[in-house]
Amino acid sequence: MIRQDSKTLLEVRGLRATVNGIEILKGMDLTVKAGEVHAIMGPNGSGKSTFAKVLAGHPAYVVTGGSVLFEGKDLFALAPEERARAGLFLGFQYPIEIPGVANAQFLRLAYNTVQTQRGKDELDPLEFDDFVREKMKLLEMNPDFLDRSVNEGFSGGEKKRNEILQMALLEPRVAILDETDSGLDIDALRIVAGGVNQLANKDNAIVLVTHYQRLLNYIEPDYVHVTEAGRIVKTGPKSLALELESRGYDWVSAAAGAAA
Amino acid sequence: MMQVANNSYLAGLLEGRPFADRGDALNRLRAGAVERVGVLSLPSTRDEDWRFTDLAPLTKMCFQPYRGVPAIVESDIARYSIAESAQRLVFVDGVYAPQLSSPLNGGIVVSSLAAALPAHAAAIVADLGRRALFDNNAFTALNTAFLNDGALVLLPRNAALDTPVHLLFVATRKEAAAHPRCLVLAGAGSRATVIEEYVALTEDAYLTNAVGEFVLADDAQLTHVRVQRESRQAFHIGHSAVALAHGSRYHGIHAGFGARLSRFNLDVVQNAEGAECEIGGLAIIDGSQLADTHSSIDHARAHGVSRQQHKCIVGGSARAVFNGRIVVRQGAQLTNSAQSSRNLLLSERARVDTKPQLEIFADDVKCAHGATVGQLDADEVFYLKSRGLSESVARSLLTYAFGAEILHAIPVASLRDRLEKMLLAQTERA
Repeated sequence: MIRQDSKTLLEVRGLRATVNGIEILKGMDLTVKAGEVHAIMGPNGSGKSTFAKVLAGHPAYVVTGGSVLFEGKDLFALAPEERARAGLFLGFQYPIEIPGVANAQFLRLAYNTVQTQRGKDELDPLEFDDFVREKMKLLEMNPDFLDRSVNEGFSGGEKKRNEILQMALLEPRVAILDETDSGLDIDALRIVAGGVNQLANKDNAIVLVTHYQRLLNYIEPDYVHVTEAGRIVKTGPKSLALELESRGYDWVSAAAGAAA
Repeated sequence: MMQVANNSYLAGLLEGRPFADRGDALNRLRAGAVERVGVLSLPSTRDEDWRFTDLAPLTKMCFQPYRGVPAIVESDIARYSIAESAQRLVFVDGVYAPQLSSPLNGGIVVSSLAAALPAHAAAIVADLGRRALFDNNAFTALNTAFLNDGALVLLPRNAALDTPVHLLFVATRKEAAAHPRCLVLAGAGSRATVIEEYVALTEDAYLTNAVGEFVLADDAQLTHVRVQRESRQAFHIGHSAVALAHGSRYHGIHAGFGARLSRFNLDVVQNAEGAECEIGGLAIIDGSQLADTHSSIDHARAHGVSRQQHKCIVGGSARAVFNGRIVVRQGAQLTNSAQSSRNLLLSERARVDTKPQLEIFADDVKCAHGATVGQLDADEVFYLKSRGLSESVARSLLTYAFGAEILHAIPVASLRDRLEKMLLAQTERA
């Protein structure tokens, strides 16, 4: 929800980044305030997933210009784990499988790390078990997933639910969900989107990175941004997503080209 | 010159052989082994099979067998007890400790080999020394030369042991040489889990030279957990020989944590159709440890299955060796074999030498193998960090997970938990 007096959580100015020496982000600008839902859309290779990874601090990407303020502080002064503890969350497009680590163990470790950072008490395994089972109901997840290795052998939908479960546990200020809708059937999409909607509130913000408009039928964005060649070239209301769905991306870049 | 030095070292190890001629059913076997020790020489790095493992540190020290009675009590080894296990045999510096053991003498026999020999001589003599061949293996010959006692597990046809047998070998003495021996005879259709574990109550140097023979009759199923947690100064030479008859299944989980220098030879012979083995191996070493595993899986008949996964976690300036030989003989059509060797190097100076060795003489088989050597996956580390975990916690968790995948297969919960905790402690130190 857009409110004029909301606090700015994320302020991206002229962000440039490279991977393997190739510039992918060529001056991204984005302002995200508390309570808002943003959708970043764009064709493949336009830099939207790179943008998500750069914000989270993926080591393969090198920031070459611009600035990002997270709640007023320089994001790039923080290591990836410090960003997570400060309240930045990245929902992975391809969540990593970690054979040998029980999901419950991983979730509790992550939860307790962030709780400690916030000056709150850690939960022991039993307390955590009750707590996480409650959160799993939100995503209609079978408690069996606690005993299995992290993401190992999970279906695409199960992996994405596990990502949103982590978001529910860590209660981030800004959640960037990278292609959370990819590989989901319609039921899984409804459940995952329902979970995200329940987690959205006036104090946090959600940035959805997506290729298709489909997800936005379930999670209503306040703003839709279109990326093209490493920049946001158009910003509009929710209806822009529908327009992209019917007309494709080409007209946006043509219009942007004409404007430039 | 070197040859002479090596031979005299072997002869030295043979000294103090306490049971040269006891007039029992094992006399001939022992005599043959003694003779063989006289002919063989200690392997050197010029031998292909010992290329990466230099025994020079061993030959700089002298080891003598212990002849006395075990001097430890239950409380000394309480921390090694396995709650699920009803039968335990304890050997201290190679000597059977009846006061610490709980044998079984019914249809199923779990007993000191010497004690069971009079009643079961025929069964024992039929297999003992015939699976772990010593013609070309100086250490196995040496072990056999000392063969007097050992651990015996005898399962009659269709017998099922529902609780695991724990064979515990405890080292307590500096410069002692122990030559532990295990014989597991699993009758047709029988089932059991056997834990063979090597531990130390001393931090000094000593030598363990262990041999085990595991003979599975038709359709028998054996789970064999082998745990090597010797002292960090110890030398551990181990040899497990597995013989599989028709439709039998061997599941081995072999984990090595300790020893300054360890060498483990695993020989599996699938001598009849439809035999199956599944083997998980783990070596986790650091400092200046060396862990060498040589395995050989021999598919002699058709429709055999083998699955082998070997993992090494190597830190410090430690060195791991894996040589995995798979033989598929001419008649062994429709063999299905998969082998993987995965290795994690935690430091710049750590080193691993891994070598798959496939010898396939049949034309209708499925054999897959692969070897990887690497550091932790950067994407995995990032994933954990993106959830707030510090770099060091992320790395130790992933290292732990890499090894725990092997330990997860241990079907005895208390032992599995104990080893997983050891693994975790070791990864947190790294």
